[in-house]
Amino acid sequence: MKAPSSRRVVQIGPFHPLLEEPVGFALAVEGETVVDVDARMDYIHKGIEILAQQRTYDMLPILLERICGICSVTHSVCFCNAAEDLLGIDIPPRANYIRTIIGELERVHSHLLWVGLAGHFIGYNTVFMWAWKYREPVCDVFEMLTGHRQNSALPMVGGVRRDIPEKYFPEAQKTLDMVEGKVKMLTDAVLDDPVLKARLKGVGVLTPQEVMDWGVVGPTARASGVDTDVRRDEPYAAYGELDWDVCLTENGDVFDKAVVRLLELQESIKILRQCFDNMPKGDLNLGMLHMPRGEGIGRYEAPRGEDIHYLRSNGTNMPERLKVRAPSYTNVASFKASCLGEKISDVTITLAACDPCYSCTERTAVVRGTDDQPERTFGDLVRLSQAETRRVADEMGRPHDLQLT
Amino acid sequence: MAASTPFLVRALKKSPWVFHVGTSGCNNCDIEIADCLTPRFDVERFGIKLVGSPRHADVMLISGPVSRACKEPLQQAWLEMPEPRAAVMVGSCACSMGAYRDAYSVAGPPDKVLKEVDPDAKYIYVPGCPPKPETIVMGVVKLLGAL
Repeated sequence: MKAPSSRRVVQIGPFHPLLEEPVGFALAVEGETVVDVDARMDYIHKGIEILAQQRTYDMLPILLERICGICSVTHSVCFCNAAEDLLGIDIPPRANYIRTIIGELERVHSHLLWVGLAGHFIGYNTVFMWAWKYREPVCDVFEMLTGHRQNSALPMVGGVRRDIPEKYFPEAQKTLDMVEGKVKMLTDAVLDDPVLKARLKGVGVLTPQEVMDWGVVGPTARASGVDTDVRRDEPYAAYGELDWDVCLTENGDVFDKAVVRLLELQESIKILRQCFDNMPKGDLNLGMLHMPRGEGIGRYEAPRGEDIHYLRSNGTNMPERLKVRAPSYTNVASFKASCLGEKISDVTITLAACDPCYSCTERTAVVRGTDDQPERTFGDLVRLSQAETRRVADEMGRPHDLQLT
Repeated sequence: MAASTPFLVRALKKSPWVFHVGTSGCNNCDIEIADCLTPRFDVERFGIKLVGSPRHADVMLISGPVSRACKEPLQQAWLEMPEPRAAVMVGSCACSMGAYRDAYSVAGPPDKVLKEVDPDAKYIYVPGCPPKPETIVMGVVKLLGAL
């Protein structure tokens, strides 16, 4: 072990231009190599679990949508799963299909968003612009069906609040066909690009053992070949009745994490198409329900992994306790496994590769002080990462127009 | 404090550079702000550019209620911005705390937090949960018109 004096601490954040949310990272580096990583994540702690104890069950899904902007369907449906587990009821089939549709639309726009950000981090701003351009029509479909670009306010305990208009299904299908074509194009571009391969293969590897040790969930775990997906393991909504596959890759590096998400995009569109075709008729919800004393657990496969809500009711109209375990909570901890030993220019993309969502995660915070050390902004790290891509491309003698932003 | 001369204000209106501070919102507004930069809305054609440091910025986009942990960094970032400067409160939370008005961990809406350090702070409210990108662009344009 080297003397501690050769270590320096690089502070990132809390405000940085692209990841949108305030979060602080402290990287301990020796030369260019990262030897330790610490995260400070309490900047967006909003106290939602306490707020949840002051809201009635009817108001709760609306509040829980605001846990996270991208996973708005995730948290409200997950809570409904928990409440329905407590009640021991099944909801009407049409409500199940509506939940599936909004959930998968959310997955599509969330994964497209990640692909764009990942492209930006390694200097492929064209990918950023493309992915976000094709995310817009998906948000339009969401708005067409639910009336809002992200927060649908549809789920409620015992079903969904409103119907979604079937007259828009053909147009939604058409838009999704277009998006599917573009996603295939992006997938082929990623799989064929030698620079991307050289840049991302073998970076930020999580072995299956590490996935198990750190409790990593979602696409981040599936990229390491760990076969886990709540939609299949414990089907909720309509997933049990639909024909779809869990996407797996083997290597666990950043490249595979991108591939898994791109493949999942195509699966999601496949699920959506089946939902549009087989939409059952019938009731939307079971009306207002009395919540008895008891406990319930809801599981939901969010775009980032398994989301868990634990609900305890004391028989009143407000929960006694609601605990949220968001997927990023365990995924962020895996930085300890994936970032150590990486070069500092690879850290940005490794951190981004699990699609961390701090709004979801920051339920509780344990803060340890870090020493005051020379500070680097996240922007500097993105620049380092982009320069690394350019170096790789130059070494391979490939023409490029990669700009540092 | 440096005076905001008519010349500086005119220069700001030509090409306002914006710095984005997400102060404990749910990140939905933050994503809509990033959306403004992408091909469909592309605010860069109006000279609006997202920059990485408050020292380069003319306009600050603030989203979310201000949590206690974010309060000081926000005030610091605001004071680092050169004058003339202005802020856009993006989203219901930044305007009026939205769903988090009863939360124990928030220090207040951003307008009050900014007033603590800069009583002359100029800002405009863009309500919505989240506001659509068109609305955010509209908010920035209205702010520039009002300066």
